[in-house]
Amino acid sequence: MTEDSDQPGLIAHRCPKGHLTYPGHTRCPECDQAQTETVDLSDREGEVITWTENTATPPGVREPNTLAIVAFEVAGESVRVIGQVDGAVEIGDIVEPVYVEQLRDPQAGIREPASQSWDGHRFRRVE
Amino acid sequence: MDVAIVAASMTDFGEHDSWIRDLLAEAGQACLDAAPLDREAVEHLYVSNMASGEFEGQTGVMNALAHDLGLLGVYTQRVDQTSASGGAGIYAAWQSVASGASECTLLVGGEKMTHRSTGEATDVIASLTHPVEYKHGVTLPSFAGLTARRYMDRFDAPRESLAEVAVKNHANGTNNPHAQFQTEIDVSTVLESPIVADPLRLYDFCPITDGAAALLFCPADVAAEYTDDYVVVSGIAGATDTHVVHERAEPTWMTGVEESGDEALTMAGRSIDDVDVAELHDMFTILEVLQLEALGVADRGEGWQLAQDGVTALDGAFPVNPSGGLKSKGHPLGASGVAQVVELYEQLLGRAGERQVNADIALACNVGGFGNCVTTTVLEGAR
Repeated sequence: MTEDSDQPGLIAHRCPKGHLTYPGHTRCPECDQAQTETVDLSDREGEVITWTENTATPPGVREPNTLAIVAFEVAGESVRVIGQVDGAVEIGDIVEPVYVEQLRDPQAGIREPASQSWDGHRFRRVE
Repeated sequence: MDVAIVAASMTDFGEHDSWIRDLLAEAGQACLDAAPLDREAVEHLYVSNMASGEFEGQTGVMNALAHDLGLLGVYTQRVDQTSASGGAGIYAAWQSVASGASECTLLVGGEKMTHRSTGEATDVIASLTHPVEYKHGVTLPSFAGLTARRYMDRFDAPRESLAEVAVKNHANGTNNPHAQFQTEIDVSTVLESPIVADPLRLYDFCPITDGAAALLFCPADVAAEYTDDYVVVSGIAGATDTHVVHERAEPTWMTGVEESGDEALTMAGRSIDDVDVAELHDMFTILEVLQLEALGVADRGEGWQLAQDGVTALDGAFPVNPSGGLKSKGHPLGASGVAQVVELYEQLLGRAGERQVNADIALACNVGGFGNCVTTTVLEGAR
């Protein structure tokens, strides 16, 4: 399953038992059921689980590139998302997603540009 | 059926002028030269390789190797499991002999990488990631930085303890003439090197490497007819973890290592306490620590202590990466899992020279992605 590319949402996928994943999968990794619902995380806040600042990035990627794994709580279920960070963060910080039209130059890397989307959400600390 | 390894070889690891076909042929020919069986015995040929097409524009390397080695007529197949291609090749070679499909199987793993810039090579490897990772510029080193920070925060592991892994593996590499690096380093070398993926620095990472390695497999009873110098694959198992790394419940726990290790040891009828020496996949210093925990050598959150306390040193209670590991020996992707077992073959036969340890039972853990695919192999001396 490919991620949604026609809308600036940050879309997690949910199976009938309530397990949430980002991105979606053909079957829920927890219980093997088809994922039938989506949840937009783009207007929610999450917590930084960990982060890194990458200073040796591949072609077409900003340098340095700070990345974080962020956990969102949705109806008692946790779902994690990885993404670029604007500014600095620490473990435990509360962040919000900010939509960006192009996260890296699709023409510069090895991946076929048409095979995936290149827009998405960076995380920014909520003051 | 017990499966034996009767010959092993590897090229020097480092920067080579030769390309993938030549590297594979050099290691494959050296293995056949060292083998007690005639080359006519070979029925299957497996080639472990992640990305010859992406690195060099050369596909079909298994057929090229069959032709170049004069093995026409054999069944051949390229095995790709990214960085774990070597371990997956061992699994394929073991299966071919254990099933009776092949009486003699040659496995050659190799990769040609150094003609690409660091950024380009990093991008080829990062192409294994999911689109939602790739579009953010996520690389394998960035997974290491994310995981190391989480590990240090959660378990109060000092930054120096990860550097100790690199110091140990560099020391071991000075005794391995095939290793890319032959230089000792100390903790300050690591901590003063440039940041790559904070908190990890240049010396926390393996280099980019050209090289190849090879092993020859046959039934143990056939091996015994020709030689006393062989080792037996007593256990082997593979496992997978999530493709999308952030979906793991706990980033610091390598479920694929735990599952493949448990299964391989169970197959061998052994526990981790029986193992005398291990080659682990130290693509990044943090990965050696996490594998020690997932394999049960250390309790959870305590793996960082082992290099610091000398437990995993060459003269320690549980030597890890006597070859120098990926860190010092180098990491030609498809060759690495094969080269781990080349080292353990030499160790079990007492041929490891200055880096020899006292070992009857050995374990190799080969990891692809950031623990996405794992093969664990248990080897035992024949005598």
